[in-house]
Amino acid sequence: MEKFDAIVVGAGPSGNAASYTLAKAGLKVLQVERGEYSGSKNVQGAILYAKSLEKIIPNFREDAPLERHIVEQRLWMMDDKSHCGTHYRSDAFNEELPNRYTIIRAQFDKWFNRQVQEAGALVVCETTVTELARDASGKVIGIKTDRDDQIVYADVVIMADGVNSLVGQRSGLRKEIKPEHAALAVKEMHFLPREVLEQRFNVKDNEGVAIEALGTVTMGLMGTAFLYTNGESLSVGIGCLVSDFRDHGTSPYVMLERFKKHPSIAPLIEGSEVKEYAAHLIPEGGFNAIPKVHGDGWLIVGDSGQFVNAMHREGSNLAMETGRMAAETVIALKTEGKAPTEANLARYRKALEDSFVMKDLKKYRKLPEIVHKNRQFFTTYPELMSKAAETWFRVDGVDKLQKEKEIFRTFRNGRTLRGLIGDAVKIARAWR
Amino acid sequence: MTVKVEEKLYNNRYMVDEGHPHIVVTKKGAAPSKGLKSLVTVCPAGCYSAEEDGSVTITPDGCLECGTCRIICADTGELEWNYPRGGYGILFKFG
Repeated sequence: MEKFDAIVVGAGPSGNAASYTLAKAGLKVLQVERGEYSGSKNVQGAILYAKSLEKIIPNFREDAPLERHIVEQRLWMMDDKSHCGTHYRSDAFNEELPNRYTIIRAQFDKWFNRQVQEAGALVVCETTVTELARDASGKVIGIKTDRDDQIVYADVVIMADGVNSLVGQRSGLRKEIKPEHAALAVKEMHFLPREVLEQRFNVKDNEGVAIEALGTVTMGLMGTAFLYTNGESLSVGIGCLVSDFRDHGTSPYVMLERFKKHPSIAPLIEGSEVKEYAAHLIPEGGFNAIPKVHGDGWLIVGDSGQFVNAMHREGSNLAMETGRMAAETVIALKTEGKAPTEANLARYRKALEDSFVMKDLKKYRKLPEIVHKNRQFFTTYPELMSKAAETWFRVDGVDKLQKEKEIFRTFRNGRTLRGLIGDAVKIARAWR
Repeated sequence: MTVKVEEKLYNNRYMVDEGHPHIVVTKKGAAPSKGLKSLVTVCPAGCYSAEEDGSVTITPDGCLECGTCRIICADTGELEWNYPRGGYGILFKFG
């Protein structure tokens, strides 16, 4: 009977990170992916944070399909006619080893998975894992797939099966994700000639721009919109909490069309050719929604474990970090000749807690609940900011003192003095 | 604003598993829950339709496999939800 040291369910960033690390250390690895190839079922904005991949494949820049490195970040608050906010652009981001890149996931994941295969893992695609196989004591001993009824055995199964985590849930290892703890994002790929794109965004070579936006573009729902520059395309998307979509009955594609028609966005995408429309869920529950991530013979990594820092738009990097740490735990136990029992695999949880992954998620643990109960951050404030900026910049014969008073009055009317102070306290608390 | 989602889906590549819908509305007789009804507008691929008799039906051919309907209806048990068989369903070119 063939038995693997480890089976990895899924070939996204966490599964690929885990499989690569395991195979590189000489372990016998089987990775199972339901898509035609790694990446064909995967969706992201997408920004790649280099550091987390560097820890796994230090020289990835030599041949990974990277689109543009980000030199300019725009954070926009939008109302129906305007945007205001901050831009940060720096030539310091034109460094030898850039920090953030835009990527196209179907291509990037395919590349990453090729590295996994070259490292020696057996990758089986077009195969959906249906359940975990367990022995009488409940210990996970392998998987079953939709190919046949046979159990494929392994010492440990790493679940990198994504936000929906059907395998984890149906095996009773993880609770169902709540509509309040997930965002639904829709995205389109808009193609433009390279030189048109570079002129429009004031960039050259492989420089790129990332825009993150919030405000009335989400039609009163809690969420954000984005626009990222790829080599010769733009990723344009918008996402809000699933519970908000449900309660408001809003169509995500109507919201996306409205965003695309916004006077600040329309000129940026004008004349582009749309080649794909995608939708995906993003775990947004934060620290308090993280399930148990290890047990007898199993580990959970990536989106399946809710490892997303919604505040900082980080997810795929946490996926790679958790995939790598899970693999390192398995490798260490194997080296020491110890069985992957629940007690021994607890090292993975410890490694997470000692890293920025859990530290960051813990830092913002109160944030999901606070923004939940305080919609004004997504609705009232962007409108107030826009109004204030318009008052401030319009030269119309009204004296400046009057303008200042006018701005202050608008804020008081929009949110009351008590509300303003309360909001500042709430944010400060959530930030701690 | 009316938006035809079919025009968006037209850009995508699919391998449809004929005769094997991966999502099925199971409680056909009962009145649909609020959550199931919401999917007529909320499903990003427009897979759900409200029928004249008040029921909600699904044709998952254009499904983007996001899981929104799955988690909205998790408590009501109105959906039988699986991923398509390996190799079938949406095939993202870009993702």
